Amino acid sequence: MAPLLLIAPCLLFLGVLFLIPLVQTIALAFQVHGAWSLENFNTMSGDLNFHDAIVDTFAIVAIAVPLQLVLALAMAMMLRGLRRGRDIVLWIWSIPLGISDLAAGLVWLAILTDQGFLNTILFHLGVVSGPVSWLSYETPTALLIGIAVAELWRATAIVLVILVSGVQMLPKEYNEAADVFGASPWTRFTRITLPLLKPTIQTALILRTVLAFEMFAIVQAIGGRNFPVIVGEAFTWQYTNQDFGVAAAYAVVIMLISLGATLVYLRVLRTPREQLG
Amino acid sequence: MKRQLYLTGVLALCAWTLVPIYFLALGALGGRDLVNTFPKPFWPGSASFTTIRDFLAIDGVAAATLVSVETACLTMLFALLLGLPAGYALARFSFPGSGLFRLLILLTRAFPVAILALPLTVGFIRLGLYDTPLGVSLLHTALALPFAVLVSSSLFQAVPRELEEAAWVFGCSKFEAARRVVLPLALPGIAAIAIFAFVISWNEVFAGAVLTVRHRTLTAYLLTVLSESPLHVQFAGGFVLILPTIAFIYAVRKHLFAMWGISNR
Amino acid sequence: MKARLAALVLAALPWAAPLAHAEDLVFLSTQLRPVEEAQKMRDAILKPSPVPTTYVADVPQVVPTRLAAERQGNTHTISVVGALHGEIQPLVATNDLAPLDTLAAQLSGRGIPPALMELGKLGTAHQMYIPWMQATYIMVANKQALPYLPKGADLNALTFAQLNEWSKAVQAATGKRMLGFPAGPQGLMHRFFEGFLYPSYTGGVVRTFRSPDAEAMWTEFAGLWKSVNPNSASYNFMQEPLLAGDVWIGFDHVARMLDALRQKPNDFVAFPAPSGPKGRGYMPVLAGLAIPNGAPDMKGATALIDYLSQPATQIKMAQTAGFFPVVAATLPDDLEPGLKLAVGAIAKTQASSDARPSLLPIGLGTQGGAFDKIYLDSFQRIVLRNEPVRATLDRQAESLRKIMTETGAPCWQPDAPSTGACPVE
Repeated sequence: MAPLLLIAPCLLFLGVLFLIPLVQTIALAFQVHGAWSLENFNTMSGDLNFHDAIVDTFAIVAIAVPLQLVLALAMAMMLRGLRRGRDIVLWIWSIPLGISDLAAGLVWLAILTDQGFLNTILFHLGVVSGPVSWLSYETPTALLIGIAVAELWRATAIVLVILVSGVQMLPKEYNEAADVFGASPWTRFTRITLPLLKPTIQTALILRTVLAFEMFAIVQAIGGRNFPVIVGEAFTWQYTNQDFGVAAAYAVVIMLISLGATLVYLRVLRTPREQLG
Repeated sequence: MKRQLYLTGVLALCAWTLVPIYFLALGALGGRDLVNTFPKPFWPGSASFTTIRDFLAIDGVAAATLVSVETACLTMLFALLLGLPAGYALARFSFPGSGLFRLLILLTRAFPVAILALPLTVGFIRLGLYDTPLGVSLLHTALALPFAVLVSSSLFQAVPRELEEAAWVFGCSKFEAARRVVLPLALPGIAAIAIFAFVISWNEVFAGAVLTVRHRTLTAYLLTVLSESPLHVQFAGGFVLILPTIAFIYAVRKHLFAMWGISNR
Repeated sequence: MKARLAALVLAALPWAAPLAHAEDLVFLSTQLRPVEEAQKMRDAILKPSPVPTTYVADVPQVVPTRLAAERQGNTHTISVVGALHGEIQPLVATNDLAPLDTLAAQLSGRGIPPALMELGKLGTAHQMYIPWMQATYIMVANKQALPYLPKGADLNALTFAQLNEWSKAVQAATGKRMLGFPAGPQGLMHRFFEGFLYPSYTGGVVRTFRSPDAEAMWTEFAGLWKSVNPNSASYNFMQEPLLAGDVWIGFDHVARMLDALRQKPNDFVAFPAPSGPKGRGYMPVLAGLAIPNGAPDMKGATALIDYLSQPATQIKMAQTAGFFPVVAATLPDDLEPGLKLAVGAIAKTQASSDARPSLLPIGLGTQGGAFDKIYLDSFQRIVLRNEPVRATLDRQAESLRKIMTETGAPCWQPDAPSTGACPVE
């Protein structure tokens, strides 16, 4: 009984604010003029940007998320070894946590535009002789890298904070024991820390991946029309094209992808019950 | 030698975080002229706060900031009230449907909110929640809740069950034990959840824009204002958005650090 | 932390209650959105107005969504809507607008041309909006580009062929592609196709969508694009790249280039958009003021519209925003130089002998965005992705035909009138 009472308020809230509108949206995706139909999905998949949006979104997630995990792990381990100034370093590294998509997009726009700071640095290094454009449709690779870097900059902090809160919970005894046996730091990391961190890593990966599939404002600021992503397309169909059915179809696609990713993580990074608590 | 390399790494990562913000600040302070200057200077030559001052003087920025703060505080409150009990339940009990519940929570986050704000608009108007911070915060709570539940569940999981059981032995009720033993241990983590909730709400753009007319949140207000502004105004707006978050994270840095401290006890 | 949290929460609670409703009239506008413009609107135009007004500027798509939501929820906040002709049109079908016949009669002495008043009826028997202000799209060039103008070309009677030659010459001389179009996500590139390129080359927009003329047009335009700055796909407003010197020759809505003309009036020239084989297509832009059904402050709304259509206010609008009066009002001679350039280019466009005015799409209701998408997608496929012209046009024509039959919209200028839905020939 107790657990049900504990989750009841949360469940009720999500029922009203999530499930009902969700069902409405799914219904919308499968209806055209009030009749059941797959036409919204046909329109969506036949659209010029659909293929690009899927490919671009997956490309960014595939590049940014693993890098974020590695970087955040490295940062968390570095913090552990820091003797002084830990709170300041943690503060600095957590700053992007509070930076919105919108602002992060502007930060990288200031750097990556033709007359931006990247080109200024390259100019001083003698690599370029004047403004070069990195963000146009003619330079898709540079654009992809630019967006991936911006995403890496903005969202590593979320992974970091989740990992740090996991690392703090690690029992010290294991490491002390490992010291006794003279294990190298690397062995200690791969054999002890990493396995113990698995539930935390799972949480971090799920939250981060799902969020990455939703990235929109940052891409919009940097790539504009040149880099369609799934959520961006949903917004365009909703607002510019005023076709709520197709927007809802995109929404269903995003949900399926996120759901799929979540299930994969739950399965691959499963923690047996007996290891809990 | 190794130590030096290590410190260099730490510093490099600090620079990686800070330098882009510095560049944005340069863009915001440099005004219109800097936007068209190439190559750009790396330090503020004739820094002026004109652009930022003009930006802040724009009608509605102050009001929108207030709305954002209200919304974010309410979101924080709701996320903790609803999320902590659920997270505790997930961590401590295995009950029928717990897997399904966990999935529902994840599903919440797996769906673009944007689309959800639209069917909600009409209902909100009927209930008088439309165009109020309370209304927006409800939707933001739906966003922040999965974080609250998942993070708090892994937080509670990490508090040794034995401590709690010991409290029961000493005659505490289950609720008392949770409140007096588990909660204090998890407090720094809970602070992190609260920050998450605040930041999610502070940064959310779309629902804020859809569910309000006059009482816009700051990001929603800026989205419409900035998308069509000249670059230097955009940079100023972005910088203004970032400044309070730097301060906010600075204010709670002790708690971020405290999360760290526990493991050394 | 707990105490601080509690304090924050307590501080937040009283604000959560909806604020008292002794508030200003809400004026929702799709025009004058950029911060600086909106601020000028508030300070220079609305502050002296007799009705205390909150000015809310938002993207056009928000208007129907928000009005629909307010209608369904039966809670009205918006008293005046200011938007373009084509943006107000869909609001008629959803019955969101209050007829303004009394107000129109009251304003009959202001000298608004009957043709514009007629447009304000949106094909109904009633006045649905009061014309507010007008503008069009023009071209602006950096004076540095002028030496490369082809021999014998008259800037004020430029053809697309000459524009092509000109930008190629600039590219040859500078090594850079200096022609620019606003093809970014917030840019108005679709209007270039609907109001300028198609009418100039084919004499129509819908009927001639997949005609041989259109095929030739796209091939030529793809050629012209070779000397277009590749960042054009990100430009929303041409004034910035013009000021930055990234673009020497640009096309855009006059209000979106005004900043460049104003800041450096001595560096730029302004002139009409080029002409093609079928004349000089151009799209006049008309914005109007409407009152939603159930507006909370009907009286204030009429008073505000009355104020905004006074000649003095309209002149001030021209000076602050680059939109021009619809009422009989003469602009003062001492206009600032940048504004003078813009006014000159608009006048030359309207007066040019081969002018072919092309209206914003009419009667598409909520399908306006889908209509624009047809032209933008054709552009993306043919020009940016090098897909074959004929196949693309045939494919897009199918979608266009579907939109036209679904909405039943009859042809509008420059297409020849139709009975029933405008056909794609």
